[in-house]
Amino acid sequence: MNESPPLLRRVGARKGRALTIRFDGAPVEAFEGESLLAALLAHGTRLRRFEFAPADRAGFCLMGACQDCLVWLDDGSSLRACGALVREGMSLSSRPSGAAEGA
Amino acid sequence: MSVVVIGGGPAGMRAAEALVAAGLRPLLLDEAPRTGGQGYRKPHPALALDMPRLLGGQHGEHERLHAAFAAIAGRVDHRPGALVFAVEPGRLHVLREGRVEVAAYERLIVASGATDRVAPMPGWTLPGVFTLGGAQLALKDQGCLIGPRVAFAGSSPLLLLAAAQYRRMGGTVVGVFDETSLPRKIAAAPKLARSPGTLALGLSLSHELRRAGVPVRLGARLLRIDGERRVEALILRDRAGGEERIACDAVALGHGLKPETQLAELAGARFAFDATTRLWAPVFDADGRAAPGLYLAGDGAAIGGAQAAQASGALAALAALKDMGQAVDEARADELRRTVARLRAFQRGIAEAFAWPAARVGALPDDCMLCRCENVTAGDIRAAVASELIPAEVNRVKAITRCGMGRCQGRFCGPALQEIVAAASGRPVAEVGRLRGQAPVKPIPLSSAEGAP
Repeated sequence: MNESPPLLRRVGARKGRALTIRFDGAPVEAFEGESLLAALLAHGTRLRRFEFAPADRAGFCLMGACQDCLVWLDDGSSLRACGALVREGMSLSSRPSGAAEGA
Repeated sequence: MSVVVIGGGPAGMRAAEALVAAGLRPLLLDEAPRTGGQGYRKPHPALALDMPRLLGGQHGEHERLHAAFAAIAGRVDHRPGALVFAVEPGRLHVLREGRVEVAAYERLIVASGATDRVAPMPGWTLPGVFTLGGAQLALKDQGCLIGPRVAFAGSSPLLLLAAAQYRRMGGTVVGVFDETSLPRKIAAAPKLARSPGTLALGLSLSHELRRAGVPVRLGARLLRIDGERRVEALILRDRAGGEERIACDAVALGHGLKPETQLAELAGARFAFDATTRLWAPVFDADGRAAPGLYLAGDGAAIGGAQAAQASGALAALAALKDMGQAVDEARADELRRTVARLRAFQRGIAEAFAWPAARVGALPDDCMLCRCENVTAGDIRAAVASELIPAEVNRVKAITRCGMGRCQGRFCGPALQEIVAAASGRPVAEVGRLRGQAPVKPIPLSSAEGAP
């Protein structure tokens, strides 16, 4: 995806089991109890592509108010990554299905 | 009689407790999966976070609140994961597990909490910039730092608290940059002296950070956040008029808290301009009554902190019970009123000591993105104001530019939009209007909206 180090750094212990989700086709390791936002940003630097310019967004408020952390499921529906928990085998994407490649 | 409480934070939890004590079985609708609100939510059990270390002195209060709620859990119709997205008289529209339900109410207690108010600056949309509250949640709810090297910037007492928490958990704090100058803080000191414990905590946090070599700057002049695809540096104006570059990986940005008032507005609350915070605030009496059958509590009514939230939640419940003809303990209500009034007065002192940077926001550069959702710049707002033949009003500017029309519904650009419209039209901010709330108050999937109003 990119070589930049991830945005978030885990500092608290994780006693939940490790699981794997997929983001833009690549595997991402996560832990039970984590939000999608925490798992994706402890792995990378992006949650979604901004619609109006070549830029990434990676969440902002973490409390379900700003809507900046949207990610898309394969069925086309979107989720707020800050408020959704990781589940084994989830497959997510940084843009709605069918949106043009870019950035 | 059906009483519905919206919000499962400290205010909603204590409101439910008081209703249960009177023999009712209230419906508690909470958007979050677990009670406690944003500040007192228990982390997911699988994360094993060291909460006493993360919360410090707040930990006891946190435990007492959750123990009190656990004791009444069977007597509350508690529905977590329930987003109330629209209100009609007597009816709430709720999205839960992908489906819309309607909940009828005769009395409604809205305890909707608060979000960060953030003054925009160029670069505030870069990955690595989070609200101050978001930075705290990353740590307290998810056990993550927002970056290895973090700058805390804005104007809020929580800058010091969050910076100290980050440092204790192994983060590198490159500095705390508070926009309010020392003279302004001293001017607010008499109001802060009403809560000497909180004032002392602030001084001790400041001391802890400085002793650890963390710069704590008052009167900092924030210019922008630089970075190619993510945060690389916070840029300040230095004393000589040049630029100072603070290298960092993340910025936590906060200018105090702002009540989430959309549901109160849809339920019939009126608003008045508040000159201290420069925000429009819902109007309610000492018990929280905002309209017939409508009660507001907690930080969603007026910022007061978790303790005021608990007291105002219980007080709103007593008011609802009294209005339903039940006898209530008046001595207890008096005590609660005094607690709420004292803590909210203290928060008004805080709002002066950590002021919203109105002048800086009004003068933001034209190319600064204001509306994060719809890509609207400060310059777009000024052009819209200039194009109007009549004095500009924020809802009109929203219609022209789409500022405030995106997914967040103006929660994050609204306060800055007001300032820029006021500055560009040369009028007081109180005269340029207020962004109106609309249903749905948060985005909901179209597939779930059939039958919604």
